[in-house]
Amino acid sequence: MDVTLHVWRQKSAADRGRFVRYEARNISPDMSFLEMFDVVNEGLIARGEDPIAFDHDCREGICGTCGMVINGVAHGPRRGTTVCQLHLRSFRDGDTITVEPWRARPFPVIKDLVVDRGAFDRIIQAGGFISVPTGSAPDANAIPIPKPDADLAMDAASCIGCGACVAACPNGAAMLFTAAKVSHLGLLPQGQPERRQRVRQMVVAMDREGFGSCTNYAECEAVCPKAISIRFIARMNRDYLKASLME
Amino acid sequence: MSRLFLFYRSSIGKKVVMAVTGLVLFGFVVVHMAGNLKVYQGAEKINAYGEFLRAMGSPVFSHGQVLWIARIVLLASVALHIMAAVQLILMNRRARPVGYTHQDPIQATYASRTMIWSGPVIALFVIYHLLHFTAGTVHPSFRAGDIYHNVIAGFRVWYVSAFYIVAMVGLGFHLYHGVWSLFQTLGINDVRVDRFFRRLAAVATVAVVAGNISIPVTVLLGLIS
Repeated sequence: MDVTLHVWRQKSAADRGRFVRYEARNISPDMSFLEMFDVVNEGLIARGEDPIAFDHDCREGICGTCGMVINGVAHGPRRGTTVCQLHLRSFRDGDTITVEPWRARPFPVIKDLVVDRGAFDRIIQAGGFISVPTGSAPDANAIPIPKPDADLAMDAASCIGCGACVAACPNGAAMLFTAAKVSHLGLLPQGQPERRQRVRQMVVAMDREGFGSCTNYAECEAVCPKAISIRFIARMNRDYLKASLME
Repeated sequence: MSRLFLFYRSSIGKKVVMAVTGLVLFGFVVVHMAGNLKVYQGAEKINAYGEFLRAMGSPVFSHGQVLWIARIVLLASVALHIMAAVQLILMNRRARPVGYTHQDPIQATYASRTMIWSGPVIALFVIYHLLHFTAGTVHPSFRAGDIYHNVIAGFRVWYVSAFYIVAMVGLGFHLYHGVWSLFQTLGINDVRVDRFFRRLAAVATVAVVAGNISIPVTVLLGLIS
């Protein structure tokens, strides 16, 4: 199949950037969206042009490295899917597809479709961990955890930190990401000692990076490749309220 | 005190202020609508209700004192609600200096996307409404204490009624998103109660909007006079 691409090209953070049109010809419908980019890039390299820069790593939908806005939707039209797991069969032959990087002030464009998501790392550094002596692994079931709590914690922990929530949010808010990270530790016994400190510090870090605030549009939930629910945002708000006002 | 300031400085702090003041104003709007319906019980009942509001709290409080306390609480809620909204909007604008070529909403409701417009519509309406029925300065034949007369005479002017109806539709959209949203922001919402809060928002919206709109409509149709 053939598709026409309008791809955001930007040489560096300082460059203004613009859309460039590319024709992708004879693409297999079973190719992933990233494999199509590989084919387009081979053509560009053969012509001596600069290939389109995009982030990718595992290409199995589990690492959170890839991500681009396709026709206005983060990770493209398939729900609960990263762009590396999106296939050309989700499009029609002859389609025109617009591809843009994540857009948010805390995610500056490095090149083309690659953005700097260091802001997420700094939110994690502020409290997205538990302090335990490392060493030999403890017994798996030494601490009993109720099954519903374990399931809920796992739902939150499935966040791969791709940044689609920020990209899709009309406010550029990172609340779904931060809420998932706050909740997955806050739901488990190992996370309790630092629970209050964690939520306060992570919210402070999130605000410091310049992300927006939540207006409960739920656009983040719609594009999240792990379909993480905005109920975790309510949970984070609850934890933050308790930690800020009751201590 | 410094803890409250620190809390307010955060994004969630401002949202909680929006939610709490929104809850106060939501409660007011529901009670106000219920009070309005007394117009159907005739002049005596609704005028007596107006007098009750002024006499409320007696004999502990003097005449009108409790009413003024309520007015101050409401005014403070409105001020805080608007202040937090403006600060959050500016914060959100700053977070996305470069937009997308096109971005269609996936599941954001119409009501949620128009809060920024329904809010100012309500603010303008409240100013007019106070001048119209409380101060009486923009009313054609205002009589202090005669609520029944003021309502009937006020709504006989068709464009005034039309403005009230439009404003109530705006209020409806604001409530539909706001009422559910405030429980989400306060962290009371969870998977078990989400459907309840969404229904509460829908039912309250329909009740407030239909109850209030019914009055100018019945006046214009000449059903009460």
